[in-house]
Amino acid sequence: MSILDSKIPAGNISDKWTDYKNHLKLVAPNNRPKIDIIVVGTGLAGSSAAASLGEMGYNVKAFCFQDSPRRAHSIAAQGGINAAKNYQNDGDSVYRLFYDTIKGGDYRAREANVHRLAEVSTSIIDQCVAQGVPFAREYGGLLDNRSFGGTQVQRTFYAAGQTGQQLLLGAYSALSRQIGLGRVKMYNRHEMLEIVKVDGKARGIIARNLVTGELERHSAHAVVLATGGYGNVYFLSTNAMGSNVTAAWKVHKQGALFANPCYVQIHPTCIPVHGTNQAKLTLMSESLRNSGRIWVPKKKEDAEAIRAGKLKPTELKEEERDYYLERKYPAFGNLVPRDVASRAAKEVCDEGRGIEENDTNEGVYLDFSTEIKNKGKQAAYAAGDHNPSEEKIIELGKKWLEEKYGNLFQMYQKITDENPYETPMKIYPAVHYTMGGVWVDYNLQSTIPGCFVTGEANFSDHGANRLGASALMQGLADGYFVLPYTISNYLADEIRTGKIATDSPEFEIAENNVKSQIDKFLSNNGTKSVDYFHKKLGLIMWNKVGMGRNAEGLQEAINEIDQLKKEFYADVYVPGSNDELNPQLEKALRVADLIDLGQLMAMDALQRKESCGGHFREEYQDAEGETLRDDVNFSFVGAWEYNGDDIKQEQLHKEELKYEFIKIAARNYK
Amino acid sequence: MAAKTINITLKIWRQKNCNSKGNMETYTLNDVSTASSFLEMLDQLNEQLINEKKEPVAFDHDCREGICGMCSLYINGRAHGPDTGTTTCQLHMRMFNDGDTIYVEPWRSAAFPVVKDLVVDRSAFDRIQQAGGFVSVNTSGRTMDANAIPIPKEDADKAFEAAACIGCGACVATCKNGSAMLFVGAKVSQYALLPQGRVEATQRALNMVRQMDEEGFGNCTNTGACEVECPKGISLDNIARLNREFLKASLVSNK
Repeated sequence: MSILDSKIPAGNISDKWTDYKNHLKLVAPNNRPKIDIIVVGTGLAGSSAAASLGEMGYNVKAFCFQDSPRRAHSIAAQGGINAAKNYQNDGDSVYRLFYDTIKGGDYRAREANVHRLAEVSTSIIDQCVAQGVPFAREYGGLLDNRSFGGTQVQRTFYAAGQTGQQLLLGAYSALSRQIGLGRVKMYNRHEMLEIVKVDGKARGIIARNLVTGELERHSAHAVVLATGGYGNVYFLSTNAMGSNVTAAWKVHKQGALFANPCYVQIHPTCIPVHGTNQAKLTLMSESLRNSGRIWVPKKKEDAEAIRAGKLKPTELKEEERDYYLERKYPAFGNLVPRDVASRAAKEVCDEGRGIEENDTNEGVYLDFSTEIKNKGKQAAYAAGDHNPSEEKIIELGKKWLEEKYGNLFQMYQKITDENPYETPMKIYPAVHYTMGGVWVDYNLQSTIPGCFVTGEANFSDHGANRLGASALMQGLADGYFVLPYTISNYLADEIRTGKIATDSPEFEIAENNVKSQIDKFLSNNGTKSVDYFHKKLGLIMWNKVGMGRNAEGLQEAINEIDQLKKEFYADVYVPGSNDELNPQLEKALRVADLIDLGQLMAMDALQRKESCGGHFREEYQDAEGETLRDDVNFSFVGAWEYNGDDIKQEQLHKEELKYEFIKIAARNYK
Repeated sequence: MAAKTINITLKIWRQKNCNSKGNMETYTLNDVSTASSFLEMLDQLNEQLINEKKEPVAFDHDCREGICGMCSLYINGRAHGPDTGTTTCQLHMRMFNDGDTIYVEPWRSAAFPVVKDLVVDRSAFDRIQQAGGFVSVNTSGRTMDANAIPIPKEDADKAFEAAACIGCGACVATCKNGSAMLFVGAKVSQYALLPQGRVEATQRALNMVRQMDEEGFGNCTNTGACEVECPKGISLDNIARLNREFLKASLVSNK
């Protein structure tokens, strides 16, 4: 345990961050141009960090594998961003956001980090508005809010169903400004393939220019990874096709501990799987649960009739429907946290009441008909019509829905060819977000000095389950308001270091390692595509390290991945050459790391003999099928240390979680 | 809607890199599910090519939910294909029939050179943004309360509609002049409509238009094709607004 020092400052929870910030070392403005910083990834966490550090006067190099920093997958976040503004006067506060997040994470997150997140949340909204982010507004001109899962207040700010897009474009505009001013140098279509350590400190990276294939050496006094999550280990997920774990995994292999890899968020409202050639799943925002009611037929026979196309959902009478979330969790209803909603969907489908006509019959309804009536009536009244006809109500209700969620409804229709204004949406859980990630201390520094990790790529703020609209909050909090302070404290000792040379043996070795891995893939001459292995890995992970896990299945997954890894290296075929744009080669390098990670996830899930948040071990549940935590034995962060090519040799380190300000309790949404 | 499968012929632009000449190649692809997206169909083709030990087709894509703006493709002579209000990744094969021949080409515009096959270089858009597509405010978090300046809902909504641009480049690719006016107009409009962006509106319009011209984009002749093909429905009003801002800026600026 000794190697894990979380560096959480002493003091009262609400003063910690302020006191700590006041005593951090600074780098004077005239010294900042002598310091180089590398930022990998340009999503919310990366763009905001690169922009902020550039503004401060550091020399920043930013990297992304996409053709533009604006493409990073933060762009796809739909529903919103939380902030404890209490504009709605419904009892919100920094403490409430802090409490909701700890509870939502099933008491497996660090108190101090989460409180800091809640504290800076309000600045994020101020900052974004100042940057010209067009949040939704009410008629009075003030900002609008909505509710998200796991809360009883309205603290979510949004821009239709495109909040991530608007926030990322805001951060991208701040980054673009710095690029234009020459303070940030941007490397598009570049992928980090190795971290370089000199005397134990992170001193640079090896990046591959994806267009020319050239391996480049870049040195710096600190390296920031903002490279997102690893949901693509499941092959099918809501992540972008390019999202990967490679940067984080390279750092892990060089000594950074990887924390809680088994904590994966399976999002309850995604469009169900349609077939075997499917490459990706599409999310339908959690915000829809503000207006939609989730149900399946009460009777199995009705579900069968619906699947066979003999019965339409709209024909099924109210009393024949099971609004199972409202029934089981009346206090939160359809807005229970994501892990709870996902498990409940799996449960009703396991009972044979799923409504989707696909291989597994897995799907439930998200129904807007009640909301159409309610909002239609309100709209009619607001327009002075106190005796509206049924048709008028429905017309106005649909209009209201369109204004709120228009782009989501359109997206749904494009994909499924069904009109969600007329018939309920079909949804099912899908892999969405990963709470685990590179272990970092309070400074967001990994166990490699000088290597900082922000956003989804780190593990720090969401415990075993992330609440909706909190990922955007964390990405921007880390990049704008936390990292610039903590990294400066580290860099204060670097002002005399001078430029880091890239012709050292350390860079040489790192570059050669990458080169030999690339050569190996290109000369392998196997028979199967990278996707063949990726899909196989995905199936193992979804079936055995997915929504329900047990010791037997996890052990099987570990063994099967062993086998898969051998097959992959023996039989993968990567076409093309290194000196050109070669998407198959990029994919091969990423899948290699996902295979290793997948095994570690299964190991982590196996050691955690309890259920908490997104991690549901079937052996550990109460009589009603709810998660059964074991706070005596498992109130810790599980951080793994790399120990050679055989992942099974990784060593587990524990960081005890101490709850000084919140009383641990069973998580109850009833 | 029950999915069925169709057999298609593909004519796809192949080009090794920006310095080489390209040509159309013909491929046959069978058993394509009509529930597949267009890009899933290309995945299927690539899987087939890899199994035949041939080089797969390079194309840009990432989020596959119509928001990142990375996918492109000219399909049967239309940017993002035959459906309206949609990106290529959200185009589904149910739009096509069994036996169809489908032509797939990259964006074609002087300002978007081909990188390989169907992949083009759109970094000109980034450079336009870097020239002025921002509000010059530092990230202190200590600006003013977010609700300190009420913004009429109508203005906020209009700004949002302009900001919904995904920067895919369909407007440029579809324009006979290769003009980027819809893209630039949307960005200039978003900021000009908000009090926070209004302060720099003059200089912004001048700077972004200057960069746009330097990148080799053509001029706007009000054909309106860009609006028709824009997957996000960005309105021509934004070009009108850009023209107003630019004209005003040209009159009042000393630069």
